[in-house]
Amino acid sequence: MRVHVDYVTRYEYDTPARLIQQVLRMTPRPYDGQHVRDWRVEIDGDGRLRAGEDALGNVVHMLSLAGPVRRLMARVIGEVDTSDTGGMVHGAIERFPPAVFLRETDLTRCDAALHAFAAEVAAKGGSKLDQLHALLGALNEQVAFDTSPTTSTTTAAEAFAMKRGVCQDLSHIFIGAARVMGMPARYVSGHLARSDGEIDQEAGHAWCETYVEDLGWVGFDAANGVCPTDAYVRVAIGLDYLGAAPVRGSRYGGGGEQLDVKLRVTPAGQ
Amino acid sequence: MLARTADALFWTARYMERADYLARLLETAMRAASLPASYGGSSTEWESAVASAGAAEEFYARYGDATEETVRDWLAFSPDYPSSIRNCLTTARTNARAVRTALTPEMWDAVSDTAVELSRFPARGMDSEELIRFLEWVKGVVRAFDGAARRTMLRNDVYWFVRLGGAIERADNTARILDVKYHILLPEHERVGGSLDYFQWSTILREVSANTAYRWVYRQSVKPWLVADLLILNRQMPRSLASCYEVIARQTDLLAEAYGRRGPSQKQARSILARLTGARIEDIFQSGLHEFITGFLDDNVQLGGSIADQYLT
Amino acid sequence: MLAFDEMNGAPDDQTSPEVRDGYTAVKRWLDDAPPGLLKARREQAELLFRRIGITFAVYGDAEAEERLIPFDIIPRIITQKEWAGLERGLVQRARALNAFLADIYGPRECIRAGIVPADLILRNPQFCLEMVNQRPPHGVYVHVAGIDLVRTGPDDFYVLEDNCRTPSGVSYMLENREVMMRLFPDLFSSHRVAPVETYTDALLTTLRSVAPQRASADPTVVLMTPGLHNSAFYEHSFLADKLGIELVEGRDLFVQDEVVFMRTTEGAKRVDVIYRRIDDDFIDPLVFRPDSMLGVPGLMSAYCAGNVTLANAPGAGAADDKAIYSYMPEIVRFFTGEAPILKNVPSWRCREPEALAHVLDRLPELVVKEVNGSGGYGMLVGPTSSKAEIETFRHRLKASPETFIAQPTLALSTCPTFVESGVAPRHVDLRPFVLSGADEVRIIPGGLTRVALKEGSLVVNSSQGGGTKDTWVLDV
Repeated sequence: MRVHVDYVTRYEYDTPARLIQQVLRMTPRPYDGQHVRDWRVEIDGDGRLRAGEDALGNVVHMLSLAGPVRRLMARVIGEVDTSDTGGMVHGAIERFPPAVFLRETDLTRCDAALHAFAAEVAAKGGSKLDQLHALLGALNEQVAFDTSPTTSTTTAAEAFAMKRGVCQDLSHIFIGAARVMGMPARYVSGHLARSDGEIDQEAGHAWCETYVEDLGWVGFDAANGVCPTDAYVRVAIGLDYLGAAPVRGSRYGGGGEQLDVKLRVTPAGQ
Repeated sequence: MLARTADALFWTARYMERADYLARLLETAMRAASLPASYGGSSTEWESAVASAGAAEEFYARYGDATEETVRDWLAFSPDYPSSIRNCLTTARTNARAVRTALTPEMWDAVSDTAVELSRFPARGMDSEELIRFLEWVKGVVRAFDGAARRTMLRNDVYWFVRLGGAIERADNTARILDVKYHILLPEHERVGGSLDYFQWSTILREVSANTAYRWVYRQSVKPWLVADLLILNRQMPRSLASCYEVIARQTDLLAEAYGRRGPSQKQARSILARLTGARIEDIFQSGLHEFITGFLDDNVQLGGSIADQYLT
Repeated sequence: MLAFDEMNGAPDDQTSPEVRDGYTAVKRWLDDAPPGLLKARREQAELLFRRIGITFAVYGDAEAEERLIPFDIIPRIITQKEWAGLERGLVQRARALNAFLADIYGPRECIRAGIVPADLILRNPQFCLEMVNQRPPHGVYVHVAGIDLVRTGPDDFYVLEDNCRTPSGVSYMLENREVMMRLFPDLFSSHRVAPVETYTDALLTTLRSVAPQRASADPTVVLMTPGLHNSAFYEHSFLADKLGIELVEGRDLFVQDEVVFMRTTEGAKRVDVIYRRIDDDFIDPLVFRPDSMLGVPGLMSAYCAGNVTLANAPGAGAADDKAIYSYMPEIVRFFTGEAPILKNVPSWRCREPEALAHVLDRLPELVVKEVNGSGGYGMLVGPTSSKAEIETFRHRLKASPETFIAQPTLALSTCPTFVESGVAPRHVDLRPFVLSGADEVRIIPGGLTRVALKEGSLVVNSSQGGGTKDTWVLDV
């Protein structure tokens, strides 16, 4: 499938902001299921944009702008050709052995309830892959998708206690549980071309990948209860949301900010 | 020097000066309120003390009424009044501790024990005698700090920022007293005459510890325009606006010289000083004492802002 | 527990009236001191410390934000001969630690060679992914190490812990000496005590030596503190003052175009070397904890661009993990090609099932340490713990064995200490500070002696009721 992404983020600051710095992880890299035809990141104003790579191999753009400015716009526009690999992620850039992805982080740390949940899933037995599918199923059953109660700093344990969350929270729960079950797991941020024809979206998507011995990395979309297909554009990976976040930024001054995101993910032919 | 270090020094000095001012204000109010009404003693002393401290709205919202009890509590001890003596000393000490190494050991000695000492004074239920002792102690701490600074500091930018903070605060304090009491210095008041006015005028002098100074300078009985002259224009009087601005202009010039760059602070300080040295008290009364004072307060705040922009951030 | 005494020697040799080398005069002084003198001197010492303002904050104790660490006026003495051996061992250890870090963030040969299990490194939260393939300026990772040593016999020194992150305590080493020299000038004129005051010069020289190549010949060095409320703030301000460098907080610095600047009264000034006394997690909110208000956004990008030196390097803590500690003898051998000069305390890695079983069996006699704990927190000293405490630990061990190691309870040497009941032996350790620069390794003779003031206690941490002593390296 050819997927076209047009992602515009506009910031408006209450007062002039200075020394704006943003770390952008918005550029996909190829793997067996994804060919990047064309991709670019643009900003307005006289900021500096320097491309590089982070520790995990994600493409990183470091945006810096001395300011003072009241507005900032970043636009990502590109096109990828995807194919359905049944969730298998081969041919991606791997900078570390899978064991690194067993590390727990503040956002994915399991509390007693999550440990119990993971143990329950593991008790069903079966192959590692079976267990991961069981985890996906159980998560889908027990935790509802709900945009209201969580924020970007909600931890897996907190979301699990509320039994609700967005794709970020569901992914964190999945990752935390998979890790305590002994399987390396990581966070993926990217885009999903929706099947209902809706192309305007409010935010990017997030899912997980888990390392299964003999199979390699396999994707699981905890929010939708499926493995990723050719409708998914894989952009960045991390130990958790923080490592794969599309934008991490800081600035001096500026007061409050108005954020306006326009994201259009268009499957070819629409 | 780090901008934050300069900022902490500047504000340590300001808070010290403010604590001293509030102690003086309370002492004077206690004394005035204890005079028989026919000598000018009245409960309005407490109201005017609150007004001179510059946070009247918050005060009335909290206490409703200005009495000896409430004003003492507010000005000396209240945790909710950011400039209460207790808060001033605590903040000054915190600032000083953050930049310990920029201070001389003698300066640190002067403030280091204030936290412990402060906790020894009960916040409530102090009788007047105890309160007087407390206020004496506060003034002593400030004197020790100030004295240590002058006796022991190197004359470099560290010292200049300390002096600058103290002088700006002091100018602000003197101007605030004038702002609250200007009406009793106005000519129509003078016609009333009598002991009532005399005590009110001398109360003003007392607030800036200038009763004796007045005699030495003017060698005559207390006259309202001379009180105003002493507090605004007299360069011998260390709390006068003119004297404060001589200090301010001098310190900002020294900074500019050391750093090789003049900026808005120097320009503003010089222009305010020029206005003060060029003025005559008759002209100030003519064009409005009140307007002059409020104008000065605004200018002083603005200079504080310029110093912050130029050096402290 | 009978222990070797630094002054009187072996516990089983009670017949010997001999005093160990170096202690003769101090022993005589203690014997001759008129009653009340020691107490008077201790009070004087406390007064001096209070005046200096040398304080220490204890976490979880809001009342005691500015507490004094107890100081004991009886010095701990090490002979020059003993010290020479320790010094060689410390230099070797520091070289090995730096080489180990360069390897795990680079080619990882020690993993391939089977010296250290890959898991232990890759899963170690102190292993900083961002540092992989980032060579720090001049290849130095641990510029300041605090290597904790304990002693069990005349020639038996063990390394208890390698502190490679932001080891503290050196201000006490320096201030203890100042106070001792003021209180006991006679003792110093009759002993040839190696001076410690050169530490600050050595530290500054070390820090300047590791400035980025492109920095000027006169690099700007600063000390970065988390601020007033940090337990070691006094030390930060003390060192900055002695080194003549600015004491900065995160908010005093900013990064522009991958260069670090500090805000001064004269405008922005470029910074070349940051001696940071703030944990990795907090140094850059764009890379590590996003909620950190203590760090500098963009600092890591400046670091990775080679425009600033951080001392110690981010991720240096991967070498002082207690699980890694148990592999140190092999690590020293692998990277220096020499036999380790300093001994390691034998350790059971509870991640290994056999070791765990053994440890659970002998819990009341062992010391159990949390792999990522520090400052004496999260630690069980079997022989001095109650049954209930031991059982609590047993549960924790079973729940997550991989986070613990266990060691035999060492009979730490004792040193005469002036306590309520008079002069009595108390257990001590020693933290020498090892400075690694671009040119050489520097160590000031001695270090900080910490003493457990409670009778029989083996925990010397100041947060747990420990005190300090002046440490003398003596030419005898």
